[in-house]
Amino acid sequence: MKKLLIRRLLAAIVVLLLASILVFALSRMSGDPRHLFLSEYTTDEQWEQWGRDFGLDKPYHEQYFRWLSGAVLLDFDISVKEQIPATTVVLRKIPNTLQLAAGAYVFALLVGIPLGIFSSILRGTFLDLFARGFALLGQAMPGFWLGIMLILIFAVWLGWVPAGGKDDLRSLILPSITLGWFAAAALLRLTRSAMLEILDSEFVKLARAKGASQWTVIIKHAFRNAIIVPLTFAGIFLSALLTGAVVTETVFGWPGLGRLALQSVFGTDFPVISAIVMFATAGYLAMNLFVDILYGVLDPRIRQS
Amino acid sequence: MASNAQTTSDTVNAPLVVGEDRNVLRILWHVLRRYPVLPSFIVAILVIAAVFAPWLAQHDPLVGKLKDQDRPPIWQESSPISGKEPLWDYPLGTDPLGRDMLSRIIWGARYSMMIASVVLISGAVGGTILGLIAGYFGGIYDEILMRMVDLTLGVPFILVALATVVVFGSSMVLIISLLILFSWSGFARQIRAETLRLKASDYVALAVVAGATSRRIISKHVLPGVVNTVLVIASLNIGQLILTEATLSFLGVGIPKPRPAWGSMVAEGRDYIDTSYWMALFPGLAIFAVVFAMNFLGDWIRDRLDPRLRQL
Repeated sequence: MKKLLIRRLLAAIVVLLLASILVFALSRMSGDPRHLFLSEYTTDEQWEQWGRDFGLDKPYHEQYFRWLSGAVLLDFDISVKEQIPATTVVLRKIPNTLQLAAGAYVFALLVGIPLGIFSSILRGTFLDLFARGFALLGQAMPGFWLGIMLILIFAVWLGWVPAGGKDDLRSLILPSITLGWFAAAALLRLTRSAMLEILDSEFVKLARAKGASQWTVIIKHAFRNAIIVPLTFAGIFLSALLTGAVVTETVFGWPGLGRLALQSVFGTDFPVISAIVMFATAGYLAMNLFVDILYGVLDPRIRQS
Repeated sequence: MASNAQTTSDTVNAPLVVGEDRNVLRILWHVLRRYPVLPSFIVAILVIAAVFAPWLAQHDPLVGKLKDQDRPPIWQESSPISGKEPLWDYPLGTDPLGRDMLSRIIWGARYSMMIASVVLISGAVGGTILGLIAGYFGGIYDEILMRMVDLTLGVPFILVALATVVVFGSSMVLIISLLILFSWSGFARQIRAETLRLKASDYVALAVVAGATSRRIISKHVLPGVVNTVLVIASLNIGQLILTEATLSFLGVGIPKPRPAWGSMVAEGRDYIDTSYWMALFPGLAIFAVVFAMNFLGDWIRDRLDPRLRQL
């Protein structure tokens, strides 16, 4: 287990390095960074001086190592637009996106788990059909379109909630549903198949055979073993979060990481883009590593291999 | 007695008729459950629309008529903003430039299908070849491939795609290349695993003993064994691919304008959501229906060809 983890950790570091090369190459291919930072009124002297100060007269691989040694210390240079460190710009937006993610995850849990359980218990009934239909439809729904349709129905026609922005708790409802919809459908499918497998297992049959009631079997024996699904699903959910956040925050004007990413891309603010991509990649890798460890803790069979 | 016999035969006949009726319904239900009728129908419409778009579309998808700006769909009395009445010429209404929504959606199907098929075929071929090589030869090839797969999974694709388009400018070639980079890794990973499994089998060992070259073993002994898997992954991925392309188009970096793409049509409709809801509704419904049908067919094909891949 320990050896495996070290191997995975090394692999993760390699992937992070590859990602950093990708990001650096993209930012340099967009042109000389001086075009972004300096105005057209700078003298040639200032231009050269700036280049020397930031190592732009050096070959690319030296520039890369300079950039990388900054990135390791979470220094991604100054944001072009805001003129403060890019890391600060990114960190400021993270709480808003986490708030949205929490809302979405709660929605996914509230919809996905109960529907998944009921559809596995009442297999083949109308409710099961409905739940599976929901899962299929949910996974086919484009997030940006769902968001706009929710705005149309609940903000424009019914006027129950604001159409966008971030004021009170009400403004969190529609973005949470939009971001959580896909996750709810996925969670439903996972819960359903996990429950079906467990309901078919020997120990559930034994519990039934010794006369436990239907509810005792479901709650005490089956569900307690199926609960591992939402736990590990949190990892998948968080790793897919940024993509969903870009779309959802754009549709609803939510001031989070996703909208910042989109604005930075269109404003060619490469320090901020680099910071977001590197944070997101590191987050994804850390999450995967964490899930691996969690599996080991929860399932002793894996620990020994 | 005769009348009695009549009634008996009536009572005997009556349930029989009902029974036949139920049989028809049951057969219908059975067919609907067993075969993906509705999804196949949706995909058929999509393919027809994509192939025959120039003949099916009644209007130019790019140039509108000024006098027909902002027509509502046919079932609505008038447009809330301009008060214009619907025309049978524009069953789904028009946008503020006077372009027919239906014609644009039909042309959108053409672009969506074109991109999806090019990307899927390239991604499947590339991913399969890389997966075969990594799985069969192992070692350094395997290590490099798996780190590349990790990279494509770990890096937020949408953001990198956005940044790339901003740096190089929007073009059809670029967007197709980006989507290929996004789609190959699923194939590579699964085919590698399958190759590892097949490589350990007796008939491959026999082929090695018989002196077959690696190239021959891969193409004659391993490849036929993974074809089903490739087909299953392709059919499972196509929906996700269409969705990703639509998302990129929605964000403004997908199919370059002014070509009508479903995603960018929804984006245009967002600005008119309080007055002309049909602009966002119909293109989104098209994406939704197509992705739903593709996902459903993908599940169905997987269950037929290779139920082992259920966890995918």
